[in-house]
Amino acid sequence: MRTVRGKIIWVAGPAVKADGMMGAKMYETVFVGEEKLIGEIIKLTGDVAFIQVYENTSGLRPGEPVESTGSPLSVTLGPGMLGSIYDGVQRPLDVIGKVAGGFIKRGIKAEPLQKDKKWKFIPLVKAGDEVGPGDFLGEVAETPLVVSKIMVPPDSKPGKLTYVAPEGEYTIEETIAELESRDGKRSIQLAHKWPVRRARPFQRRLDPEVPTITGQRVLDTLFPISKGGTACIPGAFGTGKTVTLHQLAKWSDTKVIFHVGCGERGNEESEVLTEFPHLKDPATGRPLMERTVLIANTSNMPVAAREASIYTGVTMAEYFRDMGYDVLLVADSTSRWAEALREISGRLEEMPAEEGYPSYLASRLAEFYERAGRVVTVGRPERIGSVTLVGAVSPPGGDFTEPVTTHTMRFIRTFWALDASLAYTRHYPAINWITSYSAYVDTVRKWWAENVALDWFEQRYQAYRLLQREAELLELVRLLGPEALPDEEKLIIDVSRMIREGFLQQNAYDEIDAYCPPLKQYKLLKLFVKFHTLAEEALKKGVPLKAIRTMPLISKLIRAKYEIPNNRLELLDDLEKRLEESFEKLVLGEKLEVEAR
Amino acid sequence: MTLEKSGIEYLSVQEIRGPLMIVGGVSGVAYDELVEVETAEGERRLGRVIEVGEGRAVVQVFEGTQGLGIAGTKARFLGRTMEIPVSVEMLGRVFDGLGNPLDGLPQPIAEEVLDVNGEPINPQQREYPSDFIQTGISAIDGMNSLVRGQKLPIFSGAGLPHNLLAAQIARQATVPGKEEEFAVIFAAVGVQNDEARYFRRSLEESGAIKRSALFLNLADDPAIERIVTPRIALTLAEYLAYRQGYHVLVIITDITNYAEALREVSAAREEVPGRKGYPGYMYTDLASLYERAGRITGLKGSLTQMPILSMPSDDITHPIPDLTGYITEGQIVLSRDLYRKGIYPPINVLMSLSRLMGPGIISQKKTRPDHGDVSNQLYAAYARAVQLRSLAEIVGKSGLSETDLKYLEFGDLFEQKFLRQGYSENRTLDQTIEIAWDILSSLPEVELTKIKEEHIRKHYRKRTA
Repeated sequence: MRTVRGKIIWVAGPAVKADGMMGAKMYETVFVGEEKLIGEIIKLTGDVAFIQVYENTSGLRPGEPVESTGSPLSVTLGPGMLGSIYDGVQRPLDVIGKVAGGFIKRGIKAEPLQKDKKWKFIPLVKAGDEVGPGDFLGEVAETPLVVSKIMVPPDSKPGKLTYVAPEGEYTIEETIAELESRDGKRSIQLAHKWPVRRARPFQRRLDPEVPTITGQRVLDTLFPISKGGTACIPGAFGTGKTVTLHQLAKWSDTKVIFHVGCGERGNEESEVLTEFPHLKDPATGRPLMERTVLIANTSNMPVAAREASIYTGVTMAEYFRDMGYDVLLVADSTSRWAEALREISGRLEEMPAEEGYPSYLASRLAEFYERAGRVVTVGRPERIGSVTLVGAVSPPGGDFTEPVTTHTMRFIRTFWALDASLAYTRHYPAINWITSYSAYVDTVRKWWAENVALDWFEQRYQAYRLLQREAELLELVRLLGPEALPDEEKLIIDVSRMIREGFLQQNAYDEIDAYCPPLKQYKLLKLFVKFHTLAEEALKKGVPLKAIRTMPLISKLIRAKYEIPNNRLELLDDLEKRLEESFEKLVLGEKLEVEAR
Repeated sequence: MTLEKSGIEYLSVQEIRGPLMIVGGVSGVAYDELVEVETAEGERRLGRVIEVGEGRAVVQVFEGTQGLGIAGTKARFLGRTMEIPVSVEMLGRVFDGLGNPLDGLPQPIAEEVLDVNGEPINPQQREYPSDFIQTGISAIDGMNSLVRGQKLPIFSGAGLPHNLLAAQIARQATVPGKEEEFAVIFAAVGVQNDEARYFRRSLEESGAIKRSALFLNLADDPAIERIVTPRIALTLAEYLAYRQGYHVLVIITDITNYAEALREVSAAREEVPGRKGYPGYMYTDLASLYERAGRITGLKGSLTQMPILSMPSDDITHPIPDLTGYITEGQIVLSRDLYRKGIYPPINVLMSLSRLMGPGIISQKKTRPDHGDVSNQLYAAYARAVQLRSLAEIVGKSGLSETDLKYLEFGDLFEQKFLRQGYSENRTLDQTIEIAWDILSSLPEVELTKIKEEHIRKHYRKRTA
């Protein structure tokens, strides 16, 4: 492609105008200035291009050159991504750190994947085979947790392989296969490029019937998200968005995790980097970092790269989906991404819609969340992969009626509403069980019945119903005081409090409680539901409420979540037995007392 | 800041509005370049280029545009961004908001000259902060621990004792068991004279002044200068922390004045405003200050920030505290109600938070093993007490159960014994946690569900009946 060379005519913050750019295309990557800063064309008028620059523009002057690269902003997809930390345009931060030390200097060019590293390639096809886009050519064991499949790039035409490299060690640039198709010959390497703003193709979507198990009780049991589903988690500052997203990234049962830190705190990235190598995947016991990719464009890094970061992330996620894996991407926070959009839009002097955000905010959000899904991928063998998207939203003042929250709610199906008043009492995760919802409860019901317990849905319903009744009753209590309620209703408030403390609250910093396996979730929940049933019966049989309230077993039930180890779930069955016995004794004692009178 | 003679000089000022001056016919001017402005009378001011192109440059004048005329004003573009000379010698000194000495002594000899905007710390190179700082204040140490490299702001209101608290923290902060070089950098941003004097005196009395540098932009100093003052202070702090190995505590007061200066510039540029007229990029701009806190792998020092801001009408959802809270690692919120009750420090613990306490201290077991559980229990119990207090106002104490009344009693004990302390009362973490056990023991043992049984067995004070 012909290189277009122009000149800067205007600079203001991350926005630059250049003339002499006739022939350049929208969303083309350009090099800006003598230092060749990376930028992207976002508007063209005549021969003037508006460019958003992904690096700090201090010191840039009108008159400096601008050079087009002929290709849109792309990511390099291939072995070597897992365990890495990238900035918003896929520059590896560890490489930048080696070159520049503690601070990010601009103008540093760094390859996304190591070019000299050799990977052991095992072919799955041979010369002469007919292959189409997406077909497996071979594999590379990228980490002990994830085997990377090497595929025919999805933008290829079907054809015949004229060469397949033998098993051996190859760099990402060496040719491992040659394909002859209608378009001519194409040589295929371990890595290929893909534009970030274009979703990778798939064959067809599937129903969201498999839950993503996160090990977080309030999420998995009350408001589940399916594999390939979408969720948003809005909340004022301090309500625990980041901790919840970190929990998802740590414990979710997907094959690969992407954590996109988009305009957030540097220390949080550092937390992930410090912690993940020491945390073990609950299924395999391997370090979590082996399945994790971090994209970090912190709040003080250039704002345009923040805009790009979620596309960079989701494109890389789709690549693993295409291998037939389940992928979870958490983006923290989409509000900061929307603000980046707003800032650039403001510099372009576009007509603003609500609160200064551009009118295309909603369509950009829709495009992003539509890249989620559980799909049959392109290529053979036939396989199923998924991308699950969870976005944090940071509404100003915790006001959920602001544009980013309201537009996001239109495109997601699970809503985890964080509540400042819960956070103030250190009820974490501060997810409000009245205002949150999940459209996947019915679709994942079958999975729970088949894999955990037949009556999961029933138990969930009972517990959820209690919590809803409690909310109604608390309205009354606010006016009349707790002593004005009849005993059965006081009991509902008591049991709901037990469910809040013993089930909904979960301590992310406790060794045992941080992750709760599905079976433990079910058994814990069943204990509280059973407590309510037994207590209700006991009340009917004349046992005074005070006797129930002072049962010493209650604090055992509440502490069970962190005192019973996840590999000793039979202790929960013992607890259930003791619960039944205690109530039998209570009822019997009451009977004897009545008889004695 | 020394002024220079070099650079291209223009007389072609086209327009002056608010803090901005537009110079026409320029060429070769860079974005963010430093500009020296000379009035017809020969007075010199500093500015920076905030937009350049199509033959003109928009210059933001730090000392304000009062007295500048279209005719006679010279603009000299200095060919570099704003820089400040830094050295260890700056400790013990007092400077104005642009870094010129105010104490009558000469400008310290520069060891290095650094760009005031700094550069973003590479998140991959950050070291996760996990050194507990003991401030001697129970509400902070016990429930919202401060960590080296953290940014923890104080959200205050007009007339509340945030300066007393910040000065007490500056005097008392230590890392138990460690004797290391530390420094305090104080940046006054648009505050009144006596507030700045209070700080200075407090640092002098404790002898910490020798290890402090003060940068003062006072209420009667030019408003636009406020955009630079915190950056100058942070540039020196970064130099001390990352080049000289100091543990630096930076106190910036008052961020609200800073944000207002930002709004003034934005309005003059006729930008599309975000909430309450503040610019849409205020989050990013505040982050460029706050994110300069931290630790870097392999380097000895640390930069801890304690910005102070006064919430307009005590409203925590106002854009300034709101955006700050989204960037900083928690917040210490002061409460007018507690202040009226005569409680110092009037910290509203329920609204306060230290994000680094859980992952940085508790899960890494840096302090007493019962620290985390005790803190969680204090939160839960005090929150319940506060809820019951408002309930009791409506239904009366008779409408509450026996346990509820115990919680009410706990609420008072918490405020009077745990929260309340003297201006110079310096409690160790052990003392703080012991007080916590004293008051928690007023609740029935079965209520302490957040605390592991082993800790209860060890510390719960059983009443001898």
